[in-house]
Amino acid sequence: MSTEGLPALAYEQASRRYAGVSAVDYVSLKIERGSFVALVGPSGSGKSTLLRLANRLDTPDTGRVLVDGKDVAHADPIQLRRGIGYVFQNIGLFPHLSVAENIGIIPRLAGREPVDIGAALARVGLSPDLAGRLPGQLSGGQQQRVGIARALAGEGKLLLMDEPFGALDPVTRDTLGKTVRRLHDELGLTTILVTHDMAEALLLADRIIVMNQGKIVADASPRELLSGQAGPEANALVAVPREQAERLAALLQ
Amino acid sequence: MNEALRQLPPLLASHVLLAAAALGLALLIGLPLALASARRPRLAAIALGLAGLVQTIPGLALLALFYPLLLALSALLDGRVPALGFLPALLALTLYALLPILRNVIAGLQGIDPAVLQAADAVGMTPRQRLRLVEAPLAAPVAMAGVRTAAVWTIGAATLATTVGYPSLGNPIFAGLQIERWDLVLSGCIAAAVLALATDGLLGLIERGIGQRKRRLTYTGIALLILGLLLACLPLLRAAERTVTIGAKNFSEQYILARLIGGRLEKAGYHVAYREGLGSAVAFRALQSGDIDVYVEYSGTLWAGTMARTDTPSRRAMLNDIARWMAAGPKTVLLGPLGFENAYALAVRPNSGVADIAALAAKAPTLTLGADLEFLDRPEWRAIRDAYGLKFKATRAYSPTFMYRALQSGQADAISAFSSDGRIAADHLTVLADPKGAMPHYDAILLAAPGRARDQRFLGALRPLVNRISVEDMRAANYSVDRDLDKQTPEAAARWLESMLRHRSTPPPDLP
Repeated sequence: MSTEGLPALAYEQASRRYAGVSAVDYVSLKIERGSFVALVGPSGSGKSTLLRLANRLDTPDTGRVLVDGKDVAHADPIQLRRGIGYVFQNIGLFPHLSVAENIGIIPRLAGREPVDIGAALARVGLSPDLAGRLPGQLSGGQQQRVGIARALAGEGKLLLMDEPFGALDPVTRDTLGKTVRRLHDELGLTTILVTHDMAEALLLADRIIVMNQGKIVADASPRELLSGQAGPEANALVAVPREQAERLAALLQ
Repeated sequence: MNEALRQLPPLLASHVLLAAAALGLALLIGLPLALASARRPRLAAIALGLAGLVQTIPGLALLALFYPLLLALSALLDGRVPALGFLPALLALTLYALLPILRNVIAGLQGIDPAVLQAADAVGMTPRQRLRLVEAPLAAPVAMAGVRTAAVWTIGAATLATTVGYPSLGNPIFAGLQIERWDLVLSGCIAAAVLALATDGLLGLIERGIGQRKRRLTYTGIALLILGLLLACLPLLRAAERTVTIGAKNFSEQYILARLIGGRLEKAGYHVAYREGLGSAVAFRALQSGDIDVYVEYSGTLWAGTMARTDTPSRRAMLNDIARWMAAGPKTVLLGPLGFENAYALAVRPNSGVADIAALAAKAPTLTLGADLEFLDRPEWRAIRDAYGLKFKATRAYSPTFMYRALQSGQADAISAFSSDGRIAADHLTVLADPKGAMPHYDAILLAAPGRARDQRFLGALRPLVNRISVEDMRAANYSVDRDLDKQTPEAAARWLESMLRHRSTPPPDLP
């Protein structure tokens, strides 16, 4: 069966509760192949949990999660995860393995051909000289680039990013965001980026989904959001970067 | 000091073997238990609680506790489980080593950054891959610190194995303490300390290798550790061929006689090992099971202890009964009496005009009796008190050294003494005769293990000792080891005693 026409990722009435509180509350959602989706919302709105349901780091209490049209509940979680790129806020590099070993971990686990480390580093804008270093010898930005290279080395077409730039300074955030967008386009990925920075979401994504208390409260393109057509919660979130942009523009005049 | 050093290699070998086996077993139990506990807080609490509880039991007591436990087990399994020696020492030390291993491995696993574990799951590691590739290497430095602690504890505590009849570096320590030979004590302590430091250093090397991810350092450490283990155990290979183990209890006379026996057996072509510091109850059992091949017992000890007899027959009747009892039950071999007694006796100052207990009893109401700390509570005292109607003006209890001083200075007029004690000869004391035969006899008797009953070369080497050691010679030998100045070693005293045997033209008069 071809997966061409199917959404890369879909949720059908998926919910997940922790200790009686809904983290994800009966969410239905389809993410088209090749789209760059930003998942935005306040802390605790269920963004990360929604992401974790996709590669079975978490399991829904009700409903289904489908990757390439197949229910992940019936998939082998190990194989599933090796085929989905995953990037964390706290990076999660293995501190005792070199940069090259970190990047090559998924092919190694799966018993596949080793990846070209030099090319993998170049792809995320790092020098091949770093291959032998340990993660602790790199800057935060370099570490997250290695994290992205590791996620891409599995050669999956779905890339999940859970606040990947959260711990980085604004300049690094910006360049890394551009790198991710470039890779998304070059490699034909389907990317889901969890962030609480609306400006970042507006500038990088094709589609922005706003969550609050486990529910999707807005789902629109950046242009629709900026024009105020996406509902009150979305407007409140967009108001901040828009006002900042206006004040910056005023300063220049 | 040379003598002290000469006996170290075989002791070091068995010490290393025991400590390594205990540490290995503790790792075998501790690692899986720690892995299971690291993600299960309740199991961790129980495991750490139990291991901590074991730790609060003093090492010596823990060893002692295993003795009755294994004895019961041995009874259940027709004596196939030895209650003494290697096994109880191994079990106690293993339990001891468990706590630092458990604690540090659990701490090492729990200390891993949760983000790293999440990453391990997210890249699709199976639980086994996660353990091998992430958890084990990241927990290793902390875990190794625990292994180091366990190794140092185990090596130190293994000296206590001496008390359950397993040879270790504790042998010279306990023997030296008993006969106040500080060079022996020091040689044992220093050897154990050097061993512990060397092991700790090598394990530290491995820990650094793992921590700094330097494979070569790790492998060097492991290789050196294995090399050291093999080197230390080399003397065991030699010892395996035709070895005789000689037992000794924990006082000078026993050490001297063990060396006397050892010297004769070495001349007969045997390789000799010593198990010293055995408790009274332990020694005979060790002989019965063949853990030791030969030792010197005292007839009265066997009579009242293992045989549970309460009557007081003559020396000859007692020895005959013991021989019959052995042939019927334990199958151990009674080679015969050595010719002297180490019994309780009453002693007085020289020239006091009293020759036997009956004469003493007549003067007793004006005299003071000095006794060692337990004599007045023992059946021996009740036996002579009732037989002779002894009523002293006063009785005082002293530690042995002060008891002899009290007699010399006149604070006491008669004392309880051991008949072969060297101080009797040194102070020229008169040992009072026991005309009514009320005092139980404690003839020194030479016993051999059941397995030696047909070893003619063995029996032939020892038979010349029977009835050939006078109480005067034994006192002199004991005194040469016990005195404060110009102390002799048990080896030297044994050589002197051997020379006295050879010079004696006729054996001392046979038993009455």
